[in-house]
Amino acid sequence: MKILVPVKRVVDYNIKPRVKADGSGVDTTGVKMSMNPFDEIAVEEAVRLREKGAASEVVVVSVGVQKAQDTLRTAMAMGADRAILVLSEESPEPLAVAKVLRKLVEKEEPGLVILGKQAIDDDMNATGQMLAGLLGWGQGTFASKVEIADGHARVSREIDGGTEEVSLTLPAIITADLRLNEPRYASLPNIMKAKKKPLETIEAAELGVDMKPRLSVVSVAEPSERKAGIKVGSVGELVEKLRNEAKVI
Amino acid sequence: MSEPVRESMEFDVVIVGGGPAGLAAAIRLRQLSPDLSVCLIEKGSEIGAHIVSGAVIEPRALAELIPDWKERGAPLNTPVTSEDMLYLTETGSLRVPLLDKVMPHMANHGNYIVSLGEVCRWLATQAEELGVEIYPGFAGADVIIERNRVVGVVTGDMGVTKEGTPGPNYQPGMELRARYTLFAEGCRGSLTKQVMAHYDLRKDVDPQTYGLGIKEVWEIPAEKHRPGLVQHSFGWPLDDSTYGGAWLYHFGENLVSYGFVVGLDYANTWLSPFEEMQRIKLHPAFRQHLEGGRRISYGARALSEGGLQAIPRLTFPGGALIGDSAGFLNVPKIKGTHTAMKSGMLAAESVVEAMKTDRVEPGAFTEKVRRSWLWPELRSARNIRPAFAHFGAKGGAVYAAIDAMLLRGRAPWTLHFKHEDSDTLKPASLSEKPFYPKPDGKLTFDRLSSVFLSATNHEEDQPVHLRLRNPSLWKPVNWDVFRAPESRYCPAGVYEAADEATNPHLQINAQNCVHCKTCDIKDPAQNIDWTTPEGGGGPNYPAGM
Repeated sequence: MKILVPVKRVVDYNIKPRVKADGSGVDTTGVKMSMNPFDEIAVEEAVRLREKGAASEVVVVSVGVQKAQDTLRTAMAMGADRAILVLSEESPEPLAVAKVLRKLVEKEEPGLVILGKQAIDDDMNATGQMLAGLLGWGQGTFASKVEIADGHARVSREIDGGTEEVSLTLPAIITADLRLNEPRYASLPNIMKAKKKPLETIEAAELGVDMKPRLSVVSVAEPSERKAGIKVGSVGELVEKLRNEAKVI
Repeated sequence: MSEPVRESMEFDVVIVGGGPAGLAAAIRLRQLSPDLSVCLIEKGSEIGAHIVSGAVIEPRALAELIPDWKERGAPLNTPVTSEDMLYLTETGSLRVPLLDKVMPHMANHGNYIVSLGEVCRWLATQAEELGVEIYPGFAGADVIIERNRVVGVVTGDMGVTKEGTPGPNYQPGMELRARYTLFAEGCRGSLTKQVMAHYDLRKDVDPQTYGLGIKEVWEIPAEKHRPGLVQHSFGWPLDDSTYGGAWLYHFGENLVSYGFVVGLDYANTWLSPFEEMQRIKLHPAFRQHLEGGRRISYGARALSEGGLQAIPRLTFPGGALIGDSAGFLNVPKIKGTHTAMKSGMLAAESVVEAMKTDRVEPGAFTEKVRRSWLWPELRSARNIRPAFAHFGAKGGAVYAAIDAMLLRGRAPWTLHFKHEDSDTLKPASLSEKPFYPKPDGKLTFDRLSSVFLSATNHEEDQPVHLRLRNPSLWKPVNWDVFRAPESRYCPAGVYEAADEATNPHLQINAQNCVHCKTCDIKDPAQNIDWTTPEGGGGPNYPAGM
């Protein structure tokens, strides 16, 4: 079985994003970019399934700018076998990405697609679900555990107040949540090897997908700053301030 | 922990550190000899992640390395257009007249205000185009010395837990073996320290003296922005015996680089470089530029200020020291990028020659440095920084003017440094506490909100990379005598004296460390050993730094 893992290049999770002075978006010039952390978990899970013998090949794909090939190389250094880069404008919308992925699924015929549950830049949490809808496949979202047996995927889903077990007939879509696994380090020898693994580049237009954005951004603003707290000397003072200053009791 | 089984790889040359020196060396190696395998490792998560500099750079070495740098889009976009040197008093400032005559080192005509991080990222793309293999996120943890020859380095183990045992994601470091190894770790490199000690490279040279630079990048309203403006200051708030000053450069898209350097030979244990840096922004000469803007980045790094007198032996069997690992900074010019690059290029040339005859030591490097423009440049500048140490700030400035106008750098004498920076602190009881105003949250800030802007992160579950050689020394020396100077000189809030009243002890918040190396330099007991944490850790400076 082949597993397809879509990955996204996003602003690194350590970076405090900065809104552009004109409020049109987040400034990404010269900012460190890396793989969306949930996608790393997806890659790790796919590689583990292959290592366990449940899969034979892991193909990673990214839809984005040329630089996204660094992200694909990282995924291959973690163990993915080959990569496909679909060139498009920066940050295409989930529906466009899902349509690109549908085309690739038709071409590659994977038995399973594992994605991160959401990207940490736009927090859309939509691509996996949209792809499932477009393909008419079953989906196991927010996965914290995945087992493959007898043409089925048994997925533990993180839901409010507990977990839900679902069984999906393959082929299917799984989106990875935080607790699914802890991704490995890409070792230096594997980074070196990854440079030689195949990376195919295609234009989004070649797939016949309309990448034009359907959403428009009205404005982007930073959260308002919190006021500094104060130390109170006594319970009496606390009650007094809550009543008269904060006016919450 | 038992010795892990390490994989090993062989290269012709391994370079430790992806700053201007290491990248220039890598590029030169492949230009001269396109068949050489050249591997460069960098402990930052990407090239540029750990680079902090002013920076006004002189493009001389760059033009020698890549003559068509302009066409290739090197990010040198803001030429210096105007320049002031100010002597600050508490409320006013005096402009040094005839700057290019009195302080010719400071003349910046033809120079550019850059983000050195951006320049390094660009140099890395040039190096990769030439076939250099660059691996960021891997720290050099150890030097491999066999039969008294350096034969490579070991990268740090990944996934080691706090207790020092292998965790679930444990990944042993790798041996990178090389015929020649170049150390380009910048000031106070941790492997450079090992090599210097093993080969006694500092024999017969002055002790190295250092500075600590702390920097912020600001975005200011467009109507206030004057690209190309360079302003330096000395005087207030430092006393006459403390060397240091502030800079302010307008560059890029409404950006201002503001920063402060203090000589780490300062004596007052109460001095806090971070708070000095903050309060200078309140001076009218600086406030007027920054008011109405917002701070977008923060970083800090130590630099070598010893100059020519403190440059160690540059080569050893199997390799060489380049850039600020050796200490090529031109202090009165406050520039080290062009000298770092030049030293890297000359080392590359020497390595290629040594390789042809299979010589163990690329000894021609020293001779090449002496015959290049590097040496006369550093030689003519050699007395200025020590003059400040000997005669104070005002006396030093007068000396610098005399040196420039009458002696033209050719004084028949050489002034020396006599002390390590770790020896210069006076006990707390003999020092006066400076007054530091509380941060206002608009122009001035505290340490933690600053470190936050450096995007510093270390994997939480790993051994502390700041090691006390003898933990029991802290209380009688650092606390009883000096009242925990590390809690003040550390610009990242790594060191805290906890339970001061009852049971004073040192708390080390190693996760905050921005890799400036000041603790390794200034600790009065020389008890703190800065080692490399897990690769990829540390600050993630954005472009602009």
